[in-house]
Amino acid sequence: MNLEFSPEERAFREEVRAFIAENYPAHLADFGMREDMSPEDMVAWHKVLGEKGWSVPAWPTQYGGTGWTPTQRYIWSEENARVNAMMPLPFGVSMVGPVIYTFGNEAQKAQHLPGIRSGDVWWCQGYSEPGAGSDLASLKTTAVRDGDHYVINGQKTWTTLAQYADWGFFLCRTDPGAAKPQEGISFILVDMKTPGIEVRPIKLLDGGHEVNETWLTDVRVPVENLVGEENKGWTYAKFLLAHERSGIAGVARSKRGVEKLREIAAAEMLDDKPLISDFDFARKVSQLEIDLAALEITELRTLAGEQAGKGPGPESSILKIKGTEIQQRLTELTLEAVGSYGTPYYGNIAKLPGDTGSNQYPIGPDYAHHAAATYFNMRKTSIYGGSNEIQRNIITKMILGL
Amino acid sequence: MDFNFTEEQDMVRDGLSRLVREQYDWETRRAAVASAAGWRPEIWAQLAELGILGMPFSEADGGFGGGAVDAMIVMQEFGKGLVVEPFVPTVVCAGGFLKYAGTAAQKEEHIGGIVDGSRVFAFAYAEPRGRYDYANLVTTAKKAGGGYVLSGHKAVVIGAPWASHLIVTARTAGGQRDHDGVSVFVVDKSAKGVITRDYETVDGRRASEVYFENVALPADALIGEEGAGLPLIERVSDEAIAAQCAEACGAMQVAHAMTVEYSRQRKQFGVPIGSFQVLQHRMVDMYTEYEQSVSLTYLATLRLDAAEKERKRAASAAKVRVGQAAIKVGQEAVQIHGGNGVTDEYAIGHYFKRLTIFDSEFGNVDHHMKRHIALA
Repeated sequence: MNLEFSPEERAFREEVRAFIAENYPAHLADFGMREDMSPEDMVAWHKVLGEKGWSVPAWPTQYGGTGWTPTQRYIWSEENARVNAMMPLPFGVSMVGPVIYTFGNEAQKAQHLPGIRSGDVWWCQGYSEPGAGSDLASLKTTAVRDGDHYVINGQKTWTTLAQYADWGFFLCRTDPGAAKPQEGISFILVDMKTPGIEVRPIKLLDGGHEVNETWLTDVRVPVENLVGEENKGWTYAKFLLAHERSGIAGVARSKRGVEKLREIAAAEMLDDKPLISDFDFARKVSQLEIDLAALEITELRTLAGEQAGKGPGPESSILKIKGTEIQQRLTELTLEAVGSYGTPYYGNIAKLPGDTGSNQYPIGPDYAHHAAATYFNMRKTSIYGGSNEIQRNIITKMILGL
Repeated sequence: MDFNFTEEQDMVRDGLSRLVREQYDWETRRAAVASAAGWRPEIWAQLAELGILGMPFSEADGGFGGGAVDAMIVMQEFGKGLVVEPFVPTVVCAGGFLKYAGTAAQKEEHIGGIVDGSRVFAFAYAEPRGRYDYANLVTTAKKAGGGYVLSGHKAVVIGAPWASHLIVTARTAGGQRDHDGVSVFVVDKSAKGVITRDYETVDGRRASEVYFENVALPADALIGEEGAGLPLIERVSDEAIAAQCAEACGAMQVAHAMTVEYSRQRKQFGVPIGSFQVLQHRMVDMYTEYEQSVSLTYLATLRLDAAEKERKRAASAAKVRVGQAAIKVGQEAVQIHGGNGVTDEYAIGHYFKRLTIFDSEFGNVDHHMKRHIALA
């Protein structure tokens, strides 16, 4: 056992660091929140990486993966987190992409993988429904065969960034009479420009518009957009969720977040001394770092297992639980660090009558501006991707055998 | 020992409960919070009419002779409906300063307006670098002519956009964190040199950054003794803490009830999610947090007239424990609501936001834990 990086790995770090320094769009460095970015900004780095051939490192090499070892991929995410880079959105790269190259046919691979790699095609996920959240298999959206088309009807929810999406992957019920609800579901790719699709915004409690309700009314989709076999969609859906979970830990980003928290706590004063020198606060930051160190090694162990040929298994649920708890704790401590300046709602500042909007009279330090919104926003992480309660159920069943 | 409320107090509670239920329903509140004004002056007028704004003042001062228990009742009901109107800054804070240290002329000048609803106050105590220390003041009031000249910057002054007057803490002598040399002033917001940047807060209220640029104050703007304001500020802040703990209790009570109700309605896997033991126990824990908070809110409220040390320890104990409970109850309520909990549409997220910000007002958990330790 050995945690040291080899000379080759150190050289690799230098290489990717230099590449990021030269190529990462300067105006996106250390971006605050995704909601504040334009859609072009959100895919800007993805497009650069697509040209370089680095947009889908984890994919098999025949589909455009880089062939990096888990350690190299780890170095890659660390280096990106150093500049808080806006990474490629997961819907294509980590979700539907692996489903298509694993279960899709050659025509689907040829049609869809290049656009996912390049960042030219924006994907969204049609999984959850108003009545089917944790109990995803109870979904009611139907796809009924009509000649060489499926006709899809239903309502999906939490479709993240669907307002910009070109394509979506949808779980639909194709056999309402199946013995078990899991058995009658199919995985279908849908061109979001197809008539009958309506995307309506859901405003979240941080004020942002990140997710949507997506209504499908008599949406006609060619049968060749079915991935794999009809009624086998649940298998692909579970495969996708396990993939989603293993990337969800966000270790590198949280590490950068802890650094930022330390910077903020060094700038904030308590009794005219930096807040970070206050034992009570420093203890909480260290506790967070300790938990994060444990998560980091746990993730590396999981990656090493994957490298040895085991796919992401139920232990990825641990990564999801701990990763999201740490992200939430980090934002909670950041909000605590900024004190009273967590209170203003920075989203609407110049709107009130009598307000000059002048920079002569600032409202709190810049680092305070996203603290509350980020804390509120991150509550979603223990709910999405299979809530943390569901992850515990998975561990109960699959690992404890209860 | 008696934990019963008087008949009058029960009547006040019932009346406010009805007012919040009938006139402060969720959609009405949402619209008011989003309006240009951000609050409802007509509700304020109604509170004046009902005698709520005059309740804690003595009859001699033009009030109705109530006390801290009455303020607790009011704020608990307001917490249930996430009422944004500035009862704490105006009645508890400004009212407290005037009651305890105002001259006859100052009481005459201001209390009548508070009681009839025509005069709204905000309490400008926080500063950008002071964190939660009331004595850590950069704002100064220097003697000039017969009065003072006020200069400085006050941070996140809750309710200031609605206020006609401000209570301002400033240093009249001594070094930045000295306990001596702190004074309290009442400032007309329309005075020359008072500059405000108004904004919304994340929990649906309004606040301002308030800048004082050589504001000339008359001698009678001083409340209490010059340079000896700190004990007065601590006393009034402890009253504000008790009142806001009551508000948090009201908000937790509703957040908990909404969560239990949601768990009854929301079905997954063919059954209400409230039938899952893991969620049942967590809702029990939320309930326990709420009950513990109510107890310490009583303690803090009933100790407001006790000896200084007892009063401070009780206020800090409440602020620590209610602060912890508010965070836990808010987070759990959102989690059990699932995706709906993080939407703007569902009320629960707004209760969560108010319960979040509660911690950073008048000193957070760590601040009051230290104060509690120091008073051991």
